[in-house]
Amino acid sequence: MTESSSPERVALFGGVYSNYLALESVIDDARRRGATRLYCLGDLGAFGPHPDRVFPLLVDANVQTVQGNYDHSIGHRRDDCACGYTDPKDNYFARISYSYTFENTSDRWKDWLRDLNPSIDIELAGRRVHLCHGSPRQTNEFLWESTTPDPFLRRLFRDHETDVIACTHTGLSWQRTVDTNLIVNVGVVGRPENDGCTDVSYCMLTAGENGIVADQVRVAYDHERLSAEMRSEGLPNEFTETIETGWWKSCLEILPAKERARGKC
Amino acid sequence: MPSTPAPETTAPLLPPGPLDALWIQLGGTLCNLQCTHCFISCSPKNKSLDLMSLADVEPYLVEAERLGTREYYFTGGEVFIVKELEAIVERTLQQGPVTLLTNGTLTTLERATRLAEIAAATPYSLEFRVSLDGFTPETNDVIRGRGTFERAMRGVENLVSVGFLPIITATQVWDPSENLNVIAGFSEELRRRGYDRPRLKILPVLKMGAEAERTEGYADYERITEDMWRGYDASLLLCHASRTVSGRGVHICPILVDDPAGSIGTSLTESLDRPYPLTHSACYTCWQYGSICSNASSAPADGGY
Ligand code: SF4
Ligand code: SF4
Ligand SMILES: [Fe+2]
Repeated sequence: MTESSSPERVALFGGVYSNYLALESVIDDARRRGATRLYCLGDLGAFGPHPDRVFPLLVDANVQTVQGNYDHSIGHRRDDCACGYTDPKDNYFARISYSYTFENTSDRWKDWLRDLNPSIDIELAGRRVHLCHGSPRQTNEFLWESTTPDPFLRRLFRDHETDVIACTHTGLSWQRTVDTNLIVNVGVVGRPENDGCTDVSYCMLTAGENGIVADQVRVAYDHERLSAEMRSEGLPNEFTETIETGWWKSCLEILPAKERARGKC
Repeated sequence: MPSTPAPETTAPLLPPGPLDALWIQLGGTLCNLQCTHCFISCSPKNKSLDLMSLADVEPYLVEAERLGTREYYFTGGEVFIVKELEAIVERTLQQGPVTLLTNGTLTTLERATRLAEIAAATPYSLEFRVSLDGFTPETNDVIRGRGTFERAMRGVENLVSVGFLPIITATQVWDPSENLNVIAGFSEELRRRGYDRPRLKILPVLKMGAEAERTEGYADYERITEDMWRGYDASLLLCHASRTVSGRGVHICPILVDDPAGSIGTSLTESLDRPYPLTHSACYTCWQYGSICSNASSAPADGGY
């Protein structure tokens, strides 16, 4: 009798936002837990310091990467991040991080960002898994838990011919099973989840006998070093305080009622 | 008074799309107020469009669920006039997030409390958008009627006290250069009343209905032309992926709900398949300002820049 091999594990990282220290920690954590395939769902820049430090980590660890709205904008040398914010204050902060990131991303990596694919389709446990940034139909669509109802998800699963959808872009992780399909917002590794904890998180998919199980894994990293570097780069206090406290200080005005009620901004 | 549509030959066509948002004209054209700028001239006696019941709404909810609708907006008129409001909201929240557009003046603590219970029992968000004009009784009440500022603010306080975070929308009846002052004033007033995380949104004035009589109405050249349409992102328009239903059937958008040109049959499914000519002068405002009716706030909460 042969010993059954351990179930296959796939790690999914959300927006990195130039948080190379957190990225290092989640890559280590995912490898330690036995992930054999690593994916990033895009938005490598924003908020954090030294955007160029993220790329070698992704390349060295062979992390396949989806193109986020940020990556598309930086890669195509656009003049804004196309984050989909509709509020002047959100746009104000978005502009600060975008121009910093744009100036500090070298040409070589801008080209690399430009050439990323807007989605990646993989198979796990015999099921089709669609990796995208915002939603399968739009890179900067926000899929929040409380505004993404089941009937709408059924339409997405049907239109995009997939069993599992994995996305990021909002910064808040959640998952739901709809009929036999699974949607996972994998959160982000670039900043904490607006719950007063400084950890970041990523999603681990495990192929089991009954299909795919998604676990959101929390990871601590050297957030004090990150905020110190952000301060010395002159990035706004709203960004550093978010990293230091675990509460978002620049709240997205598009944050829906339920999600917003859980936070402080 | 509705303005006359331009000849259809020059009008760009809105392409068929999905049903992401369903607008429900729950309050019809009936409202306890009679604002001077109301774009469908609502009043306590305007029964052009009647109130809707749960039975009226139900078939559209069934159709919308099948079409994979993402969100639901209830408007009027005034939605709190509708006795079955709570039951209709509860039913709709079974299949998606709901936003109520209200003038706030009838939002009692009792009704807010019941809605909070309903909201707590579902995974989907229940949002409120409360309309005001300006941040003082002086600016608001000349448009909305005496005492309405104070009554609306009570409504906001009631919603906040049970845990809702209402979005305060204001039609821009002031000079745009005053925007930052108006916003700062609003925020301060709201904090003073216990709303420490105010969400504000400024809406452009639509020159139709009562508003057309108040100011000059639309000039003839204010239409979307083929030139303006070329390269334009149609998804910015409210009608792009939404429809509106009333007691009279399906309409292209809530702005044209009381205009015969906005009526497009009785089936949501069929209404999605046919291209709609954007002939109306109100379409010009949409073209200029984009989707004026989504939930996103258009104002900073604390003037932080
Ligand atoms: S603007 Fe709103 S509150 Fe005022 S009359 Fe019209 S429906 Fe009523
Ligand atoms: S008024 Fe605006 S939302 Fe209505 S049909 Fe015209 S463009 Fe579309
Ligand atoms: Fe994004």
